[in-house]
Amino acid sequence: MIRVELPQHLRTLAHVGREVTLEVEGPVTQRSVLDALEALYPMLRGTIRDHDTLKRRAFLRFFACEQDLSHEAPDSPLPEAVASGKEVFLIIGAIAGG
Amino acid sequence: MSRVRVLVGTRKGAFILESDGKREKWDVSGPHFSGWELYHLKGSPADPNRIYASQTSGWFGQIIQRSDDGGKTWHQPGTPAGQAPEPGPPKAVSNKFVYDASGESGKPLTTHQWYDGTQHPWEFKRVWHLEPSLSDPDTVYAGVEDAAIFRSTDGGENWKELSGLRGHDTGPKWQPGAGGMCLHTIILDPSNPQRIVIAISAAGAFRSDDGGKSWKPINKGLYSKYIPNPTAEVGHCVHHIAMNPKRPGVLFMQKHWDVMRSDDAGDSWREVSGNLPTDFGFVIDVHSHEPETIYVVPIKSDGEHFVHEGKLRVYRSRTGGNEWEALTKGLPQENCYVNVLRDAMAVDTLDKCGIYFGTSGGQVYASADAGDSWNPIVRDLPAVLSVEVQTLA
Repeated sequence: MIRVELPQHLRTLAHVGREVTLEVEGPVTQRSVLDALEALYPMLRGTIRDHDTLKRRAFLRFFACEQDLSHEAPDSPLPEAVASGKEVFLIIGAIAGG
Repeated sequence: MSRVRVLVGTRKGAFILESDGKREKWDVSGPHFSGWELYHLKGSPADPNRIYASQTSGWFGQIIQRSDDGGKTWHQPGTPAGQAPEPGPPKAVSNKFVYDASGESGKPLTTHQWYDGTQHPWEFKRVWHLEPSLSDPDTVYAGVEDAAIFRSTDGGENWKELSGLRGHDTGPKWQPGAGGMCLHTIILDPSNPQRIVIAISAAGAFRSDDGGKSWKPINKGLYSKYIPNPTAEVGHCVHHIAMNPKRPGVLFMQKHWDVMRSDDAGDSWREVSGNLPTDFGFVIDVHSHEPETIYVVPIKSDGEHFVHEGKLRVYRSRTGGNEWEALTKGLPQENCYVNVLRDAMAVDTLDKCGIYFGTSGGQVYASADAGDSWNPIVRDLPAVLSVEVQTLA
């Protein structure tokens, strides 16, 4: 079981609370987690990754285990603690502006 | 008794203002989509309960919202409100605006002109304007940034670009204005379903006479002294175009500077700024029963985006332009420095035509007597991006 925490605006869109849980088959990576998230909550398609390129939107960041994983390759394995459900995979809106 | 429903898009959400035909007492609901930019909301002429909304964010991108009950509840098309989504392949693509790169247009639509004159890839940013079909609630057009027009025929679930517009020979010459390269105006001709007029900042106006397959620039008569060739075929910063549906061949335009008029559906334009104190501005609209009565809100200049002389004045011409009168009753006449953006004025169709506009200061003003007097419906919303009105039976 994978735990994912969403920023407030995406919780509103998906009609969910702060944290959602997902089942991911195979390797637990950014791509497989986001694929599972979008499959369960299709209204989030395009809000985290670009529809076409599947690149992370510029002002969103991915964190887990106190590490910024935003620039990790999408198919790199996520930390074991995320894969086991011990730690949350955080999707965070970057602070932008003044 | 007739009612009106005013749809207000702001920098931080949408608001719906409703009143009876007297337009004196108002019920205000909102914010809907709190915290998001609502560039535009518009109701279907064929089904007033059907409303489309463009919800955008620099963080999360584009969302399309739809209401089927007059704005009480909303959902992203393809994702019914209140239903837990089922596992399986993603269904909703209502926010997927992908430029046509298939070569269907016969041309590779890859780049447009950037601010520095170099070529720049087309990049979807947001939907500026939604224009529901006049006859089919499930058909709706979207004007987007970077400038393109899309159409949905399934209630906003899926969008397809009408790529003949960007495929026009002049496409690579289009360049963004200060607010980005946006397609902000879409006008559907009620007398000719094949005719669509659009406007782009800063490319100009275009018209299709074949339902959106092919397009031609309609900028003859425009003079823009700030571009290399002031009478160029494209490159004009058209801010908005308005039409009275009863006389679709006559168009009125607020250009960056200059108020213009066309009596031949855009084939040629002539200036009708006349005695306006400044002819810079964004909004323009036409009285619903008097096709020669038009409204603008002059803005001081392109460097100072607020009203002239600290006075909020709507100017009305009852002669189709050139002769203008200031309408001030009920509007602040000192220390006022707001702007009124291009999609932030609308007219209802009640016997005594109602006029509505919203400001960058968060006020929405209404006139129930064609502009003779004004009252604020609300004073303290977030900055207003768009105002539309529905006249309901």
